Amino acid sequence: MHHVLLLQPEYCVDCRSCQLACSLKHEGAFRPSKSRIEVLTSPLKFSVPLTCLQCEEPACAAVCVVHALEKNPETGVVDYDAAKCIGCRMCVSACPFGNISYDRESRSVIKCDVCDGEPECARFCPTDAIQWVRADLETLARKKAMSDKFEQVFGKEV
Amino acid sequence: MYGWIGKILRVNLTDGTVESQPLNKQWAKDYIGSRGLGTRYFVDEVDPGVDPLSSANKLIFAAGPMTGALGASTGRYNVVAKGPLNEAVSASNSGGLFGPEIKYAGFDLVILEGVSAKPVYLYIEDGRAQLRDASHLWGKSTGVTTDVLLDETAPTAKVACIGPAGEHLVKMACIMCDKDRAAGRSGVGAVMGAKKLKAVVALGSGGVVPADAEKARQVALDVRAKLAAHPVSGEGLPALGTNILMNIINQSGALPTRNFQEAFFDEAEKISGETLAKNQLIKRKSCFGCNISCGRVTRVTNKVFQGFGEGPEYESAWAFGAQCGVSNLDAVIKANFICNEQGIDTISVGSTIGCAMELFEKGVITRADTGMDLSFGNAEAVVRLTEMAATRDGFGDKIAEGSYRLADFYGYPELSMSVKKQEMPAYDPRGVQGMGLEYATSNRGGCHVRGYLISPEILGVPEKLDPQAVEGKDVWLKIFQDLTAAVDSAGLCLFTTFGLGAEDIAAQLAAVTGVDYTPESILECGERIYNLERLFNLKAGLTMADDTLPPRLLNDPVPFGPTRGNVSRLPEMLPAYYETRGWDANGVPTQEKLKSLGLADLALAVSDE
Repeated sequence: MHHVLLLQPEYCVDCRSCQLACSLKHEGAFRPSKSRIEVLTSPLKFSVPLTCLQCEEPACAAVCVVHALEKNPETGVVDYDAAKCIGCRMCVSACPFGNISYDRESRSVIKCDVCDGEPECARFCPTDAIQWVRADLETLARKKAMSDKFEQVFGKEV
Repeated sequence: MYGWIGKILRVNLTDGTVESQPLNKQWAKDYIGSRGLGTRYFVDEVDPGVDPLSSANKLIFAAGPMTGALGASTGRYNVVAKGPLNEAVSASNSGGLFGPEIKYAGFDLVILEGVSAKPVYLYIEDGRAQLRDASHLWGKSTGVTTDVLLDETAPTAKVACIGPAGEHLVKMACIMCDKDRAAGRSGVGAVMGAKKLKAVVALGSGGVVPADAEKARQVALDVRAKLAAHPVSGEGLPALGTNILMNIINQSGALPTRNFQEAFFDEAEKISGETLAKNQLIKRKSCFGCNISCGRVTRVTNKVFQGFGEGPEYESAWAFGAQCGVSNLDAVIKANFICNEQGIDTISVGSTIGCAMELFEKGVITRADTGMDLSFGNAEAVVRLTEMAATRDGFGDKIAEGSYRLADFYGYPELSMSVKKQEMPAYDPRGVQGMGLEYATSNRGGCHVRGYLISPEILGVPEKLDPQAVEGKDVWLKIFQDLTAAVDSAGLCLFTTFGLGAEDIAAQLAAVTGVDYTPESILECGERIYNLERLFNLKAGLTMADDTLPPRLLNDPVPFGPTRGNVSRLPEMLPAYYETRGWDANGVPTQEKLKSLGLADLALAVSDE
């Protein structure tokens, strides 16, 4: 069973550790502007980590005329090949979530590659807002939270 | 350079010029960054006798080599200036997102000198800087100022600014960043206001380059795991914030109550972190790069005190709570929100209101002076007076001067609960002896975050000390003060030292900067910084007579509670402290000590006699 990134914004404390870890891995520097993951915080201070979750039918790959972006059926990751990329930025326009961006410095696309199966953002997230979990257990944490509530209600009688 | 960016930005507000200059690499190594390095530049360029609100004072925004890197709580920066409240060299420390952004924008330090003719703000983006008109922002709250500036520049920029308090030269005005984080103490916001500088806005696409990426990553994982596993940084602070201390300190008989007349508040539970978690807490929040997340996002729905924002942390809850005899947490939070919006230090303004309440109780001042009932416990008065202090409205004008000048004005300076004219925070020295020594000897006056002996004396970290013992506290305090100076200067948060030791701080610095820092060498850097601050203060006119506590704490026994009958035994500890520090009997660093720290050749080190 392959793994997926699980984002649970309700646990995010807006520390941006994910961005530091991501940019260190990919750029060799602590550089949030080059991070593959972003954290957006509302005026009411609700913070949401956002990154590519590797669509089953990726719009970015669909519009890529040179096949620089392609869904990898084995890993589930939407792979990016910088050598093929012509820098047209159609993928940036196509992604409805804003989770792929174009870096003018390196003249290439910046997009999550799940660190080849060991995502650093999840490794450094202090609150489980970002987790790397077995794809079939993606919803287990939320189910568990719910089942704990039942225990609070009925558990005493058992 | 690794860790450091290697550049400073010098801004002359009088001429309206900006210039990028190379960082002094030797100083960076010897003083690390942030508080230490900022102070090194400051003392080199500013006369110790300078009037803090004159154009000759300078204001330095200083990040450290760890600021914006990955490690343990790497979001800190310091603002260095001579403080108008304490008339001493001050480094005011803040978290948030702003500090790292200065570095991403291309600088370690921003040195602001002179005074602008009209309100301006400084915009920094990727190595370039520009002074821009801020007339439209003058008089605006920190929240509105931040929103307007993000609108004018970029939504991803970071803003540090003053509120109306800084503009009105309120002596305890602070500099707020990201709306809710304060470089709080000593009145650095008034220095900014005197310079007619409303804000600094930073936006950067750059980064911090580590000397050894793999080592930096491994050390970061290691220190974060230690913090997560520690009961204080991994459980207590995330769950209840710093206000977890309210009940703990009260039960220890060290919670200053009604202007330090007592050391036990029978309603402490009502203003505690536990009560906050039940009633007003929405979620917890971190500063940049922090896995502790002691910050509180809170909402008050009560019609009279309604509001939304961050805080209060422990010291603020104490200042508006126990210090003023107030047990209404909604009111305490409201006063805290007002401080964030107006840009005023919670500890000093709350303590000063408590001082005014004692003057009122004793009949020294009356309604004719204050325009309101100032009895202890009057929550509405505390909230109103906080607001009035920020704009020097009515009696607020007296509060704005701080408790020492307030009490002195009415002929009772001894009722100011301050050291070096800066208000002491939320620990009664009669209940925690080492903390009294810290207050008396802290280089910026009444302050808990120069050598936080509460950690061993109350929390038992790294080991439990008897809070009433005096023997050996001098040695503990020296180590804590020196290590804290190093941590502050690295750009790390002091709270990481609950779970980390000097070897962990040195390991992070070494991996990121490539300099072979060791536990011994960072403690030496800390000692160098501490002595440098001391030298400046001595030249500024402070003497050993200023290393003291209000007479109440030395003479009047605690009236009731767990520490009943105790006084501060500072006179027993101070001579030992001077000796441990390598200072003479008058508290002046000896030539031998200065030589060993590489400070002997400084102009500051030359005796006036």
